[in-house]
Parts: sequence; structure tokens; C-alpha cells
Amino acid sequence: MPRREITSGNWAFAEAMRQINPDVVAAYPITPSTDIPMKFADFVANGKVDTNFVTVESEHSAITACVTASAAGARVMTASSANGVALMHEIFPIAGCFRTPIVFGLVNRCIGAPINIHCDHSDSMAERDAGWVHLYCEDAQEAYDTAILAIRLAEHKDVLSPVFVCQDGFITSHGFEPVEILDDAAVKAFVGERDADFPLLDVDHPVTYGSFAMSEYYFEIKRQQIEAMKNVLKVYDGVAKEFEAVSGRFYPKLDRYRTEDADFIVVVMSSASGVVKDVVDELREQGIKAGCLRVRMFRPFPADEVAEILGTAKAVAVLDRALSIGGTAPLAAEIKSALYDCGKNIPVQSCVYGLGGRDFFPQYARELFMDLAAGKVSREERYLGLLE
Amino acid sequence: MAIRIKDFTEKESPLTNGHRMCPGCGAPTAVHQGLMGVESPVVVVNATGCLEVSTTVYPFSSWRVPWIHTAFENAGAGVSGVEAAYVALKKRGKIDKEIKFVAFGGDGGTYDIGLQALSGALERGQDFTYICYNNGGYMNTGAQRSSATPKGANATTSPAGSVLPGKLQKPKDLTAIVEAHHIPYVAQTTLFNATDVAEKVKKAVETPGPAFVNILVPCVLFWGIDPSLQQDICKLAADTRFWPVYEVVDGVWKLTYKPKKRVPIEEFLKPQARFRHLFKGDGAKAMLEEIQADVDADWQVILDRCGATWEA
Ligand SMILES: Cc1ncc(C[n+]2csc(CCOP(=O)(O)OP(=O)(O)O)c2C)c(N)n1
Ligand code: SF4
Ligand SMILES: [Mg+2]
Repeated sequence: MPRREITSGNWAFAEAMRQINPDVVAAYPITPSTDIPMKFADFVANGKVDTNFVTVESEHSAITACVTASAAGARVMTASSANGVALMHEIFPIAGCFRTPIVFGLVNRCIGAPINIHCDHSDSMAERDAGWVHLYCEDAQEAYDTAILAIRLAEHKDVLSPVFVCQDGFITSHGFEPVEILDDAAVKAFVGERDADFPLLDVDHPVTYGSFAMSEYYFEIKRQQIEAMKNVLKVYDGVAKEFEAVSGRFYPKLDRYRTEDADFIVVVMSSASGVVKDVVDELREQGIKAGCLRVRMFRPFPADEVAEILGTAKAVAVLDRALSIGGTAPLAAEIKSALYDCGKNIPVQSCVYGLGGRDFFPQYARELFMDLAAGKVSREERYLGLLE
Repeated sequence: MAIRIKDFTEKESPLTNGHRMCPGCGAPTAVHQGLMGVESPVVVVNATGCLEVSTTVYPFSSWRVPWIHTAFENAGAGVSGVEAAYVALKKRGKIDKEIKFVAFGGDGGTYDIGLQALSGALERGQDFTYICYNNGGYMNTGAQRSSATPKGANATTSPAGSVLPGKLQKPKDLTAIVEAHHIPYVAQTTLFNATDVAEKVKKAVETPGPAFVNILVPCVLFWGIDPSLQQDICKLAADTRFWPVYEVVDGVWKLTYKPKKRVPIEEFLKPQARFRHLFKGDGAKAMLEEIQADVDADWQVILDRCGATWEA
């Protein structure tokens, strides 16, 4: 029987790791994801898992060991945040290109300077072109569930990709809330065992990983990665449905909230979506046709579905918890491009909020919806909750 | 069992012929000789560098054994990950073979940018052998200095000019730094005879836990030598005591090769184009004297560590 526990996003993720009992975990501490390797170390020390836990001396080594362990044929997990993620930057595209499944608990935190330990999405957004799947979770339950689901997605034969499972630093990672924990046996059965295709440890069939490919081949190899990433869009729902059969919870790529007939839609990711959804309910009572679209899958970006959902709205606002200094914020850029491609000239207001852990209040969402309704949409990026 | 040259003719090298390294390059010789003595199947982890690029030009590979390269500074972490996977899968009954793990890094990838990853892996005590093929600089990017480049060498980022006589600093003592991790097997050697590398690497691989071998190998382009002089120049490195040949087993230091007579450092330096400027003019002479003094002092340190005496 599943059990309910009051736990945090980090501990829930670590609990999923215990149940998955991966072959190898290589990790390095950094706020706010440190709880994950700490909790996992407890599981190791107390015999709750028999994972080979490699206590590396840096994040660069953590991700390197994850890539080579995965290439060797092992099931591999890790976690990190912010500067740790940035230090791993060099190795992420290598993991993507090797098609080495790794499930990575990415606890979002801003990138300095100024140094700050709180949440925004600048760490994971800087890795959006690395060839990894990016899934963003709204709460601890979703972080737990997605850790388990992501194992099957990462190791799916049509995918073979590393996966980031993102949750908001502190807000989700350190907030305590009720989480339903599945039976150990149910998780074990759901994730099964990894069946690697070209493991390095098959010494009778030697393979070369990471060769030197110049202009005659590099492009073609990248093209294959694009194809594999497209497959994620095809197989994801199937994996999510299988997970639903076990858990009763279905996680779509795009979480739509009262968008069907909405005139005004706010697009958002991760924990702030709860606030936006509350405001949607409030405004609906006042007769305003508001809706919220939470983007859970950011890579690959489900552009066609996004365009379909937003295509009937009168105006859209996009909330980014990250910047692209000198350019368009990352989520807004995707949304605009998706709408443009399907020929929809819908006004889009790009907004940045919550940088460095700045709180996001219902008031901001309320004002935003009212502005959309009043036709106040501009090409200027707006900053919510900024003191200026 | 001691290694015989005959063994090399009977065994297939894990590295095929037809790779793209320069004729006379010492790196593939170190790989051939090193892995020839190893009986178990091996998985090789390679840092970025000449050996890596020149043996895996896609869609070809010169490696008959499983091989992986991720980046430049992380061969220590890379071999950690593969070994960790092996230990995990073996424990879970998914693998039953005995497999050994060998990492190859150049001096750049080992002395400099990869030192941290190597140190971490050594401290963790995992079971692998790390081989530094040390040609004294960054060859793959065009002969820049590394912290293994000898004092006085003309490298492209420490060129000999009208004011500076090449590299001013002497190399760091990496083998001693590695030894300070108190791992069970550490050795330093060069391609000065046909079997020493094979013997040391065999020991390293067969020792449980981390092991390290630092092998001085010529780069024919940087050193500026005729390709046929590979073994001769390495012999001079050992005989001039520029590169002492020794091993440290469980903390016990032992010289494994003692030159029979005192050979001046000039004999090692003079055949190499990278030291040519040291043989012109008076200023350069002071540099030569300094290098000889370094060699003598460092040799004494090694003798003391080995509890050995040397008369020549
Ligand atoms: C992070 C990073 N910095 C720099 C480089 C460029 N680079 C590639 S190989 C190399 C030098 C390799 O030197 P060494 O390790 O001594 O091997 P060798 O080429 O001499 O065999 C450098 C600087 C790189 N690939 N990665
Ligand atoms: S450049 Fe030097 S190190 Fe590189 S392959 Fe040629 S001889 Fe060997
Ligand atoms: Mg070198």
C-alpha cells in the first residue's frame, strides 16, 4: 500500500532514489540539493540500498563518473544545483551525445554573481541546448514521481538520453508537504533493470566511446541526436500512462489549467504555477476567462501542443524565472517561436519574476491577467516584484 | 613472472597499428609495452591529447579493447565511474569476468588540468591504474609548456627569445605528489629498454587499489629528434638522471635502474632541438649549470628516499 508522508522535495527525491536503488550514484554537495546526497549516504550507510556511491571531489568529476558509469552499462543517478551545474557544463553535451541515460535531480538555484543560494532557473536554463531532457516539477510529489518515471524515459530504447528532473530550490526542495510514497515493490517493478545496448564492460565486444570526428561526420552525429530527442515527444505519454497505472497520477508534458476556453493565459513553470492557478480560479469567479499553462517538459519543447493550447487565446503572458541578458527570456522565446510557426499573431507579454529567490505573490498574477484583459501588452520585458 | 621480449611477438596489442600518431612517437610505444604485460581484459579511459585524437579518428578506432574518452581534465573521474559501475554490476551478479581499468593521460591532462580528478580518484582507493605518458608539454595543441616541461625547453608558450632562455621553472615532482596519496603502487620509468614499462604496468595493474605509472616518452616534433632515436633518448634521460627510474611499493621507495656512470645532462639535452639555444652563448651556459645542479639535487632526494647510495 502506498503511504503518505510529510516530507520535502529533496527527501522525496532521495526516497525515490532509495526505491530505485541505482547501480551507481556519484554526487557532490551544494545548496540547495545537498540533502539528496546526504540522505542517500544515510541509505548507503544503513544498508537500505546497495548502490556504489562514489563520493567525488567535484561536480565535474561527479558528472564525468556518471557518464562513464552509464556507458559501462550501469543505472546512474545524481543531483546538483547552480555552480555545481555550471561546473558540469562541459560534460553535459558529452552525456547527451553518448546517449547515456542518467537521472539527475536538479534543484534550481540562481547563478552568481552576486552569490545567492535561492531559487531561479538560470542554472538549468543555461543547459537547455546540452541534449538532455528537461522536466520541471511543481511540487515534492511531482519531483518524487518524476524521478521514478524518468528512469524509464531515460533508458527507453528510442530515447537513451540523460534527464534533468528540476524542482525549485528551497520552495520545493525544503518545503514540507504531504507526499504519497509508492510501495518499494511497485517502484522496483516499474523501473525494472537496465538493459544497456553497447556497454563498455562487454569486453568481448569492444566499443569506442568519445572518438574524434571532424567535419565529415560531426554534423550527422548531431542530427541523430535531434531525432532521438524528437522521439521523447512520441514515447513520453506512453511512459507517463504506465506510471499512472502504478500511481494513479498522470503527468502530461504540458499541464493545462482551465485553458480550454481561456481568453487570457499565463504560461509558467514549476512551483509558481500553484499561485497562478489560484488566481485563475479567483478571476473565473469574476467572469474573466483566465487560464494557466504550466510547461513541465522544456526539452524537447512540445511546440505544436503549446501552439494548439495557446492558439485560441486573446493574449498570453509568459513568466520566466531566468534571464537571457540582452535577448528574450528562455520560456518566452520558445512560446513566441511556437506561436509564430503556426501563424498565430497573439500578443505575448514576456515577464521575468522571482530571480534570486524573490517571492512571487498572487497580486502579480492578478495584475498581469488584468493587463492582458485591458490589452496592455508590450514588447518590453516586464519585471514582477522588482523595486524600481 | 618476468616479461620477455618474446611475449610481445606472441600477443596482440590492444592498440592496432595504423593509428595516426607520428612515427617515433613515444606514446603508442608506452601503450603497447604497458598493456602487453597485462593478462586480464582491460577497459581503457583516455584523456584528451595526442594519444586520444590520433587513435580514434571516426569512423575508425585503433583500440581492440573497450575505450572511452570524455574530456581533458577528468580521466581520473572517468576511470572512477567505469570501475564503480563494474564493482556495482559484479556485486549484483550481472558480470562475472575479472576486468582491469587503465587510464591514460598526457602530462597536461595529469600534472595540470587533471590533477584534481586524479587526486580524488587516488584518495577514494578505487581499483585502477593511471598511466601518465609524459612528453613534457601540450603536444596536441602545438607544443605549449606544461608543468612537466623541463627547465630551459623552448615551448610555444615559453619560447626561447632574446631575453628569456625558454621555460624558467623546473617541472613539479608529480610522481612524489601521487605517492603522497599513499597508494599501494607508484612508479616512474621511460622507454629506455624493452621490458621495464611492461613490468611496471603489469605490477601496477595487478596491485589491488589505485596505482600510478609516470612514463617519460618523447614527442619527436617537440623534442626535435629523429624518430629512430626514441629508445636512445629515453636511455639518456635515465642515464643522465634527468628521469630517475624507480618504484614505490606500499611506501617503500626503490631505485630500479642505477646508471653505471655519471653522464652530464648535456648528453640528454644536446640531441634535442628544443634545447638548441642552450648551446649558444654564455648566458645559456649558466642555464645548463643550473639544470645540472637541479638534477644532482633531485637525484640525492631520490637516493635518500630509496635509502640508496650511488657511486659513479
Ligand atoms: C578544458 C580543455 N582545455 C583545453 C583543451 C585543449 N587541449 C586539448 S589537448 C591539450 C594538451 C594535451 O596535452 P597532454 O595532456 O600533455 O597530451 P599530449 O597532447 O601531449 O599527448 C589541450 C591544451 C581541451 N581539450 N580542454
Ligand atoms: S605530435 Fe608528438 S606526441 Fe603528438 S603524435 Fe606526434 S610525436 Fe606523438
Ligand atoms: Mg604532453
